[in-house]
Amino acid sequence: MEIEVFLGKIKAEFNEDYDMGDLGLDDNIKNMDWWSSMHALVIIALIDTEYDVMLEPSQMKSANTVRELFTVVNNIKG
Amino acid sequence: MALMDIKNWKISGIATAVPSNIVENSDYNTLSAIEKKLLVKTTGIERKHVAEKNQTTSDLCEVAANKLLDRLSWNREDVGLLVFVSQSPDYYLPATAIILQDKLKLSSNCLAFDVGLGCSGYVYGLSIVASMISAGHLKKALLLVGDVSSSTVSSSDKSTYPLFGDAGTATAIEFSKNSSGQFNMMSDGAGYEAIIIRDGGIRNKVSKESFDLKKIGEGISRCALDLELDGLEVYNFSVTKVPPLIKVLLEETNTIPEDYNYFVMHQANRLMNETIRKKLKFTEEQSPYSLKNFGNTSSASIPLTICSELSGKIETENQKVLLSGFGVGLSWGAVTLNLDKITCLPIIEV
Repeated sequence: MEIEVFLGKIKAEFNEDYDMGDLGLDDNIKNMDWWSSMHALVIIALIDTEYDVMLEPSQMKSANTVRELFTVVNNIKG
Repeated sequence: MALMDIKNWKISGIATAVPSNIVENSDYNTLSAIEKKLLVKTTGIERKHVAEKNQTTSDLCEVAANKLLDRLSWNREDVGLLVFVSQSPDYYLPATAIILQDKLKLSSNCLAFDVGLGCSGYVYGLSIVASMISAGHLKKALLLVGDVSSSTVSSSDKSTYPLFGDAGTATAIEFSKNSSGQFNMMSDGAGYEAIIIRDGGIRNKVSKESFDLKKIGEGISRCALDLELDGLEVYNFSVTKVPPLIKVLLEETNTIPEDYNYFVMHQANRLMNETIRKKLKFTEEQSPYSLKNFGNTSSASIPLTICSELSGKIETENQKVLLSGFGVGLSWGAVTLNLDKITCLPIIEV
């Protein structure tokens, strides 16, 4: 599982509505001015569909960057 | 896990009443234009029917029940059981079912009581009525299910206000040899705070503070008498607990998804329901949605979806269906049954 591919999938999910070009691995996605719990749901569903990993709400709440999310998913997948 | 094979009952008809007042989510300005687009993309909800100030769940159920009884030409004296499933009763007491017994001109021999459940309520209600009918002492019953959830959400809370619509339904059930339904149901009170109205019960009685509007976040303000919904918790619960429950039911009934004409889920939100559908390998064609025009109508969503999306088909031929409700409690359940040329009225606007 490649972290750049993971980043690409998240960007692709929101590209239609937001400018995701500058989003980096260590940017806090929850600091985006458009962020809401709906976006968290979209990411959880994306990870479930693409990686067959269901994040616990607490895991989603504690991960702020794409790198942190990637680490959580990777740890679950083992 | 409560697995039950309940014999000797069938559904004879279903009717649904909704308020004629339609509220468009595109007009909800607590959401930005992009949030509105994302809301429709994730939840599938574009509009909902919202009750007028004095319009209650029982008003909607009464209309649905009257139309259904007339269409079925049932003698009202023959209805021996009325169960009202709702989380928006008319009064704290008495039970709304008893008021409806009188309004519907049913006999005083009719047993009438309320069940306080939400999204799983239709499946649970069917199991209760089916169990009582199955014994053979009662021949005909009405299951009235619905909610006026719009009265419990804060219009300043973008996490709940756009989601919930109002509806009342009536399902006619009667004794029938050689008909049955198989149920699987579960509960988990550890998740009781995932969907909750904190004040107004005995635990936290209504006080002056109950009405204090508190800002929880951007676009989210509510008081303790308003519905509070933890979307992430509910999503996690639904997609992890519902598919295993249904898989067990499929195994117990020796059936596979292909055996069913329709898989009708509680209409929560499209993203969540699609995840459940894909995990269970039901096709899109098997899984009807009414979310677009009615939103999440709580316990009414399964019968409403049958009336709005399937009425033509279930009136003319036998359809094998799997119904599943899940949510507040936490509570979840599923039932497999046949809808064999039943009476199904078009949605009634009141």
